[in-house]
Amino acid sequence: MNHAYDVSHLLAGLMLVASFALLYQDRIFAVLNIFAAQAILLSMAVGWEAWTQQRPHLFITAALALCLKGIIIPVALHKMIVRLGVHRDVEQVVGVGKTLLLGLALTSLSLMLVLKITVAADSFTREGLALALAIILLGMLMMITRRNAVTQIVGFMSLENGLILAATGARGMPLVVEVSVAFSVLIALFVFAVFVFRIRERFDSVDIEALEHVRGDTK
Amino acid sequence: MEETLTLLFGQTIQMFLVLLVAPAITGITRRTKASFMRRQGAPIIQPYRDLIKLVRKESVIAENASWLFRSAPYAILAFTWVAAALVPTFASGLMFNWAADAVALVALLGAARALLALAGMDVGTSFGGIGSSREMMIATLAEPAMLLVVLTMALTAGTTRLPEVAEFLISAPVTVRVSLALALVALVIVALAENARIPVDNPATHLELTMVHEAMVLEYSGRHLAMIEMAAQLKLVLYISLIACLFLPFGMAPANTGPAAWLLGAAAYLAKLGIGAMMLGAWEVSIAKMRVFRVGEFLGGAFVFAFLAILLAFLTREVLN
Amino acid sequence: MTGVGFSTAPQLAGLLVAIVLYAAAAVFAAIFHRHKTALAAVYPFCIVAAAVAAGAGLAALIADTSAGFRLPLGLPVIGLHIRLDALSAFFGLIVNLGVLTTAIYGIGLDRDRDLSARVEPFFPAYALAMNLVLIAGDAFGFLFSWELMSLTSWVLVVSRHRDAENRHAGHVYLVMAAIGTASLLFAFGGLAGAAGNYAFDAIRAAPPGPLVAGLVLAGAIFGAGSKAGIAPLHAWLPLAHPAAPSHVSALMSGVMTKVAIYGIIRIVFDLLGTPVWWWALPFLFLGATTAVLGLLYAVLDNDLKRVLAYSTVENIGIIFVGLGLALAFKASGLAAAAAVAMAATLLHCLNHSWFKSLLFLGAGAVLHSTGRRDFDGLGGLIHRMPVTAAFWLVGAMSISALPPFNGFVSEWLLFQAVLAGPAFPEPILRFMSPAVGAMLALAAALAAACFVRAFGIVYLGRPRSREAAEAHETARPQQVAMALLAGLCLLGGLFGSVAVSAIQPLIQMLAGAPLPATGTGPTPFSLVAFDAARSIYDAPTIAVFLLISGLLATLLVHRLSGRRTRLGPPWGCGFPEASPLAQYSASSFSQPLRRVYGATVFGASETIDMPQPGDDRPARLTVRLHDYAWELLYAAPARAVVRLSERLNTLQFLTIRSYLMLVFGALIVLLLIAAVWF
Repeated sequence: MNHAYDVSHLLAGLMLVASFALLYQDRIFAVLNIFAAQAILLSMAVGWEAWTQQRPHLFITAALALCLKGIIIPVALHKMIVRLGVHRDVEQVVGVGKTLLLGLALTSLSLMLVLKITVAADSFTREGLALALAIILLGMLMMITRRNAVTQIVGFMSLENGLILAATGARGMPLVVEVSVAFSVLIALFVFAVFVFRIRERFDSVDIEALEHVRGDTK
Repeated sequence: MEETLTLLFGQTIQMFLVLLVAPAITGITRRTKASFMRRQGAPIIQPYRDLIKLVRKESVIAENASWLFRSAPYAILAFTWVAAALVPTFASGLMFNWAADAVALVALLGAARALLALAGMDVGTSFGGIGSSREMMIATLAEPAMLLVVLTMALTAGTTRLPEVAEFLISAPVTVRVSLALALVALVIVALAENARIPVDNPATHLELTMVHEAMVLEYSGRHLAMIEMAAQLKLVLYISLIACLFLPFGMAPANTGPAAWLLGAAAYLAKLGIGAMMLGAWEVSIAKMRVFRVGEFLGGAFVFAFLAILLAFLTREVLN
Repeated sequence: MTGVGFSTAPQLAGLLVAIVLYAAAAVFAAIFHRHKTALAAVYPFCIVAAAVAAGAGLAALIADTSAGFRLPLGLPVIGLHIRLDALSAFFGLIVNLGVLTTAIYGIGLDRDRDLSARVEPFFPAYALAMNLVLIAGDAFGFLFSWELMSLTSWVLVVSRHRDAENRHAGHVYLVMAAIGTASLLFAFGGLAGAAGNYAFDAIRAAPPGPLVAGLVLAGAIFGAGSKAGIAPLHAWLPLAHPAAPSHVSALMSGVMTKVAIYGIIRIVFDLLGTPVWWWALPFLFLGATTAVLGLLYAVLDNDLKRVLAYSTVENIGIIFVGLGLALAFKASGLAAAAAVAMAATLLHCLNHSWFKSLLFLGAGAVLHSTGRRDFDGLGGLIHRMPVTAAFWLVGAMSISALPPFNGFVSEWLLFQAVLAGPAFPEPILRFMSPAVGAMLALAAALAAACFVRAFGIVYLGRPRSREAAEAHETARPQQVAMALLAGLCLLGGLFGSVAVSAIQPLIQMLAGAPLPATGTGPTPFSLVAFDAARSIYDAPTIAVFLLISGLLATLLVHRLSGRRTRLGPPWGCGFPEASPLAQYSASSFSQPLRRVYGATVFGASETIDMPQPGDDRPARLTVRLHDYAWELLYAAPARAVVRLSERLNTLQFLTIRSYLMLVFGALIVLLLIAAVWF
């Protein structure tokens, strides 16, 4: 029992470390690689859950996470970046130090909160939910503190990773939901890709700041 | 009484063991770096030869150097040697291992560093000032991370006394715990910063503007320089011993065992030192030195890892109790 | 405890004798202020008085006596209660040891140049006032003595009134002191409650309810905290402490801030009753931010005495963190941890008074012999003032919490208390304790950086001005005073466990339990925090080890090398630097720290004005720092008050008819209220 807990704790903890690494990184290719690593860790975590909880359909979830988010999407984004010729560096809005400190504060908050409200649940669920909430919040933080649309997409994806981790921790998530989640991710990706292409054609860059002028406000 | 004498004997052996082994560890690191760079490199005993050569040379001191400058090397060596002698190496529970815990160890090293920084400022050249100011900046970034690592150990093992932590980890087999792993990464980063290794500082550089530790000792020569070099080598051994004691204490002789167990412990310890030195050498050739103001981000990473280690340790405690 | 009861003890009698001596010295100096001999006699008087008082305090502390009586002075119904207990005795020891050493320093002052009728009569009055605060047994006596303490120190701050900077410092100090006292009055009002009984014994018997207790806590932190120097109420400290004469600065920084801490401990730990866990939050938060902020200010400042004043702010922050931890542990029922935190706090109060006084006395010596206190005019003083430099090094190492001196003992205990943080039942406290620990470690490392900078720039290197090159060593009494304090720092560092054992009854009184496991270490002088198996710090053993390794190293090296040393010019990598201005200056030393921390905390910006080739004006580096605390919390409200008062000023110039209308209008309003309410 302890052994099973330790392994799932290890994998979830490494996913959390990957989220922090995403916050800190300022090169797009490194961001994509870390995101791919996080997706692989997610698939390993889900696979471990499948094995210890004896729910074989979770293996499909794990495989989907591995293929889609671990391989296909990072490769696709990689190719898109090369084709768009986007800047290799990403600017942060607030500064690395403050972002990391905010990330630590958000992690503490989510741990405190989840541990407090799930006192009656069992240890796997509690620990999974706590770390998953932290990963979700960090994904949102990444979306807020970045200037580049591609890294915002990656932030959104890591948020999805957190959601899936939470869902596997809680028991009884049906496969249908999982497939729809996967498709929604794909669609989101296509929309973003088209959008990004259009932005690029229009403004010659994908910096969000440039979008502010579109609103029609006179400045 | 006999037991006390045995323990005292063991403590004395440990004191001289770390002193004798330290130059060899630096030699192994340099040899590893050389072999990665396809050079033959100097033999492993070269640092011993260098120290003896320095000690025999005449010491040239600036005219306006003060008593602080002359006595600082002795004090620095004393502080570092005492700190190195108090980290459990081949056996825990030796005579005076209880005198200083992890917090006191960090403070002893801090005292050595403060004295070195003062000595750097003594002669009134600008290079000494560069070294001292950068060294103190790095210290302010590394100490919080170090304290958080100590806090993680205190959380996991319930104590800050190094022999007890080592015994806890030997006797209670711990399956892979993420918080310990993160604390290990943080401690390694802090160790790199404190020992003036790449990527924080280059111990082999000749460009003054890239120096931190070397800039503080530019004015020293002869036996004074030998003592400072010795202290730096002892510090490296100390940190490798600390990492081995806190995270990899296998093979260490537990308390109240005799010389036979000590021999086994010593063999394990020397093996760990050698492997640590080789890994350091491999690391140093595979990464570039950072700009001085990026060191903050590097050490900030150590801080984040250490803080995460504590948060995850809290999580484990909550969930499993 | 009404009525003129006389339950006293010999220790209290001794203390009263000392107080009378202080008063006599003050009066004597005031009457004969034109005679320099009379003014010079003040200090020996004070030495005797302080020695008696310190002895009485020590005896009272060890014997754990408490005694008191009531005098029919002051307010008619209440009277004046005098009470001496272990807490008063401990802080009395701090105060009177400080007065003793600064008075010894004062003997060495130049009779013609330094003594003045503006300082000497008020020095014993200041000591008197501080002692009175400590033995006051009711709110009236406490506040009266508190105000007396503020006023006498204000006089000392503006004693060199021709300097506009000192006048400004005095003004800010007076305003802050007045606000602080008003806040304390509010707090005591809340404690006395509806019955209005201001005696401490009565308050202790009837603690207030939770809401009132919260308000009292806020009033106490605001009032006494502004006197102690907690951020953001610290702004007066770096102005006022440097403005006073150096031995008075030593008293203000080292001792008066501890009297303020005494006030907080008395109100929060003694009079408010059983603590609630969230009371610790303001202490922890304010303390941790103050500790780091104080040092960031210190490391960027270029005036020696101001650096020391900011460092006092940092140490007060550390003391607040200790108090917060003790409160939190006490409220959570973890008595052993509360005892450790309390021991750390009390010991830090004692240690800080010693090393801060030592540092200020040394700064006074430097100011006296060079006439300068800015870093840009000092340097190389270790050659001209070797004794002062040696003692200052002891002080600098103590304040940086480096073994084997006393600063490390209290820091070690405080870290042990922080390491017990994970045991808190309340999750906010539990998750906050690593953050607090990290801030404490940052403060310790910044303190080392700050004092390496201070010592290095002032005493090491080459002199940066003519005055520094021609400095002379300070007078013998001043060296004795510094030697005394340095010796105390060393002894306190080696025998910290003795000090902790001596204050066990006090710890028991405040934290609810004594420090567990004292004396269970392997040697008689080991300091044990919780349990010998958990954490020990054995200072004498480490000191012996250090001596042995130092001696061994010296012997080995000298056997192998002989003692040949040749003097030569500085190496400097082959670049001979003729001008002392080429060496590192104070702002150069702090540049890395400014780069790392300055932008976040101070909005630091640097501009370099580099002239074109051919232009011979000097290049200029300008560093701009914003003190956000001052701009938001002091300057902005001050401007608002001034604007408001200008508006209201028009009320002075109305016609008679308008005044009559105002009176009539007020009458109508009151009648309306009466009609509606009753």
